[in-house]
Amino acid sequence: MSRASFVISLVIAVATTARAADIPLDQRRSDSDFVSADTLAMQNDDIANPAMLVVLDGETLWNTKAGATNKSCADCHGDAAKSMKGIAAHYPAFAPELGRPIDLQQQINLSRVTDQKAEPLPFESKELLALTAYIARQSRGMPVAVKDDAQAKPFIDAGRVIFEKRQGQLDLSCAQCHDDNWGKKLAGNLVPQAMATGYPIYRLEWQEVGSLQRRLRNCMSGMRAEPYDFGSPELVDLEYFLMWRARGLAMESPAVRP
Amino acid sequence: MARALIHVPASAKKGDVIEIKTLISHVMETGYRIGVTGQPIPRDIIDDFVCTYNGEEVFHAKLYPAIAANPYISFFTVATESGTLAFSWTDQHGATQVQTAAITVE
Repeated sequence: MSRASFVISLVIAVATTARAADIPLDQRRSDSDFVSADTLAMQNDDIANPAMLVVLDGETLWNTKAGATNKSCADCHGDAAKSMKGIAAHYPAFAPELGRPIDLQQQINLSRVTDQKAEPLPFESKELLALTAYIARQSRGMPVAVKDDAQAKPFIDAGRVIFEKRQGQLDLSCAQCHDDNWGKKLAGNLVPQAMATGYPIYRLEWQEVGSLQRRLRNCMSGMRAEPYDFGSPELVDLEYFLMWRARGLAMESPAVRP
Repeated sequence: MARALIHVPASAKKGDVIEIKTLISHVMETGYRIGVTGQPIPRDIIDDFVCTYNGEEVFHAKLYPAIAANPYISFFTVATESGTLAFSWTDQHGATQVQTAAITVE
């Protein structure tokens, strides 16, 4: 390589990575560190956390028979406190039958369709959120441990591209807020690091429980970008990247956020 | 019926001040919001909450549209005798949900 072309390629490299690097592993903090003391107290008290009502609905659904096979989740998986412990910390995960990763909600629907012979539940439906929250609750306190093997890598990388890509009328990327400017204020709120360890969350603004996909679509609307559809590969890739980025942090589902 | 969570200490000493916590699932729709069709979403709230301790009223609250969804109500009372605390939530249509919790007082 000539000296001139080396300089040019160096300039290009700098131009395309003109943002801070990933947050160092030991500086990562749960999004709970960025909420008020009141909100955190609400999250950590099972009587005050409104998402626990949804978790209880999920427990009922777990034991409810459904579909042509007339089987409940419990008929195959037994006690969720044992069989689902740590499961949510491993999602999104690669689904061989689809040749790509799926998130926990899609896994629940996959199991409904293939094992229970039941109709899939719509995204953001009460039932799907309840089952997801109930399963995720069983992983509370466990470290996020999504697979990042060769099979998963292309999808995590695709998620990173979306995370770092400027989009929308405001021409913002996720990374500009959550990698470069976390801890500062956006309007009256602290910008968190976007460690997706507490989903599904009870969001005070929503007055109800919602999924990570709903939250991501919210952020995209905020950037004046066209949000990806629920269940789209792009959203799952982004979820996968976010969970990989939060690897090792403790699960907090169901968290409470402002 | 709506799902409710109640926390009452299982046992207490006579004369102790005890904290009681309740949470119930409810949309608490204010009546001030506009739905996707442009029509106002009708008001739908719980407007009354009562706690009785062995039949005697120890706490009573009126709720209004400014109360958030899934109302969380916590309060204190004095443990006087073993028995039952009954909690009842009544919505604006008059439907009431009652749930009870037992306490042992030594």
